[in-house]
Amino acid sequence: MSILIDESTRLLVQGITGSEGSFHTQRCIEYGTRVVAGVTPGKGGTQHLGVPVFNSVEQAMAETGANASLVFVPPAFAADGILEAIDAGLPLVVCITEGIPVLDMVKVHRYLEGRPTRLIGPNCPGVISPGRCKAGIMVGDIHLRGDVGVVSRSGTLTYDVVSQLTGLGIGQSTCVGIGGDALPGSTFVDILRMFQDDPETRAVVLIGEIGGMMEQEAAEFMKAEMKKPVVAFVAGSTAPPGKRMGHAGAIITGTAGKASEKIRALAQAGVTICSHPAEVGLATRRVLETI
Amino acid sequence: MKVHEYQAKALMAEYGIPVPRGGMASTPAEAKAIAAEIGARVMIKAQVYAGGRGKAGGIKGAGNPEEAEREAGLLIGTRLVTRQTGPDGVPVSRLLIEEASEVTRELYLSLLVDGTSRLPVMMASEAGGMDIEEVARATPEKIVRCSIDPAIGFQPFQGRRLAYGMNLDGGQVGEATRLMTGLYRLFMENDCSLAEINPLGVTANGKLLALDAKLNFDDNALYRHKDLQELQDREQEEPLEVQAREWGINNYVKMDGDIGCMVNGAGLAMAVNDLIQHCGGRAANFLDIGTLNNPDRVVNAFRMFSADPDVKAVLVNIFGGMARVDVIASGMVEAYRQMDITFPVVVRLAGTNLEEGQRILSGSGIGFIEAEDFHDGARKAVEAARGAGR
Repeated sequence: MSILIDESTRLLVQGITGSEGSFHTQRCIEYGTRVVAGVTPGKGGTQHLGVPVFNSVEQAMAETGANASLVFVPPAFAADGILEAIDAGLPLVVCITEGIPVLDMVKVHRYLEGRPTRLIGPNCPGVISPGRCKAGIMVGDIHLRGDVGVVSRSGTLTYDVVSQLTGLGIGQSTCVGIGGDALPGSTFVDILRMFQDDPETRAVVLIGEIGGMMEQEAAEFMKAEMKKPVVAFVAGSTAPPGKRMGHAGAIITGTAGKASEKIRALAQAGVTICSHPAEVGLATRRVLETI
Repeated sequence: MKVHEYQAKALMAEYGIPVPRGGMASTPAEAKAIAAEIGARVMIKAQVYAGGRGKAGGIKGAGNPEEAEREAGLLIGTRLVTRQTGPDGVPVSRLLIEEASEVTRELYLSLLVDGTSRLPVMMASEAGGMDIEEVARATPEKIVRCSIDPAIGFQPFQGRRLAYGMNLDGGQVGEATRLMTGLYRLFMENDCSLAEINPLGVTANGKLLALDAKLNFDDNALYRHKDLQELQDREQEEPLEVQAREWGINNYVKMDGDIGCMVNGAGLAMAVNDLIQHCGGRAANFLDIGTLNNPDRVVNAFRMFSADPDVKAVLVNIFGGMARVDVIASGMVEAYRQMDITFPVVVRLAGTNLEEGQRILSGSGIGFIEAEDFHDGARKAVEAARGAGR
């Protein structure tokens, strides 16, 4: 098992004909992902990378049985693309797009309520279940199939951590990039809950960063419900307050947003804290040895 | 994006929010003219992108136009150092001259998007005029909150709840509700990330008045607000950060150390800065080079390092995913061709097109210091910075 995606995933790509959409769709296909449809309004009826293109998500779903979407639509139109996918009833939407206005995402979240869609992202590297399916922009070959779940707010930092794990022979069940925005579709708690319920996942690596309250919420959840061990690193201990560190969500506005507060909350919840990012691999190995 | 108080007040006035009479002055003569037009006691307020102005001497009173002119002359051209600025402070080039108001109470009102509920939240407090985080810590019962459903917008009952929560009464409740409705419209229509009125004054005759005003806007939404983009005052920002943006490097933050960093990805860039500190050094900047495969941007990053007098050594840490290592490497070699680089450069490369990237660097004959992983890179950069004089 894995979470979110596996061999049964039938992927649809929104914005498949754009340059980034094309590049990464090709990489997903090479990894073995079943890409069954593309959506680009106005290009319906054509083929792209050997995949049929449709004008709407609804039509693509009806004709191909797609059950997940990967979104590369540019930021000004991305929220509309996500809303279309939610409206069509897709169970999973993974949005890579960076730079979507916050108030657009407020509407998306309101529309998600009571609907069955799970949104990952935006502004994220996507999801990979190594050896099974890749719905994202991460480099496939640094991953190894195994039993450690990875959930992260960052992209390239996750690649580094995954490389450490793979280098030590520690495989991953699923790696989920929840994204660097202030209002991510799924939070740490959402993903931790899935890893908790996934029989294949034995331990979880969590990569947090400054800004927001998500790490503290994760700590509360872990205290109450999490039975599997968690190893964590929180980036941004040296970040100055009031400055946006690249990610829209990575800005210290109040005391809770500081790395030290997040680390304190996670440590109190029994999480193994890494004092620096290069020791995540070894810390995970130690934790796995104690299970 | 931040704007000045006088700009925030002008926008609030457009949405029916009462603000004191006043205008912006950039010379003592203008300050005098505005004070004369107001014809009453005025406040002279330095317009800077930092809080804590009052205690830092950035707010003065004047009883007549001549006094306003004199006070303005003492403020314009100085640098204001507040608890929110660095030791160098920020330049004072513009002043808000406005009618001084007698108030009997100071309240607090703000609006932001709450990350947990993922909804706009209006916050009100009877304890205005102070740091709201301090109020939240000491007397949390004095803060009233309302989540707003974007599908139906701000509702009158929410206005009443917040108004009664601030201990307003009678006609003030209706007035406060109208003010809050205006603030919500302003927030939504202009893609604000923060709207704050602190203090919101209650005048001697019971009227509400926004005595201070703060508006921040969502950078990601500026593309649809050309009018707001023009309000940005570059002079208030860190010069190296302005320079970086001009050179196409949007994710650059100046920091106080001596190791220049070039990294791809914001999370990794933060982690590299943390790791440098863990190894006993300090980063001179945060720099996420992004994923655009353009060697010119790498050249510009090196231009940033050359322009920053604090930089004694550089750490390049690239984990190629979308970004290709070979493109980064050729950009680095090009940087050496275009400028005289005297500081040591530690390089850690991994990911997409690594072999090609390594071949470009080793074939260049430039003495890069190679690192095995990012821990090794941070250690070597700290050593290099200690050894380097510049």
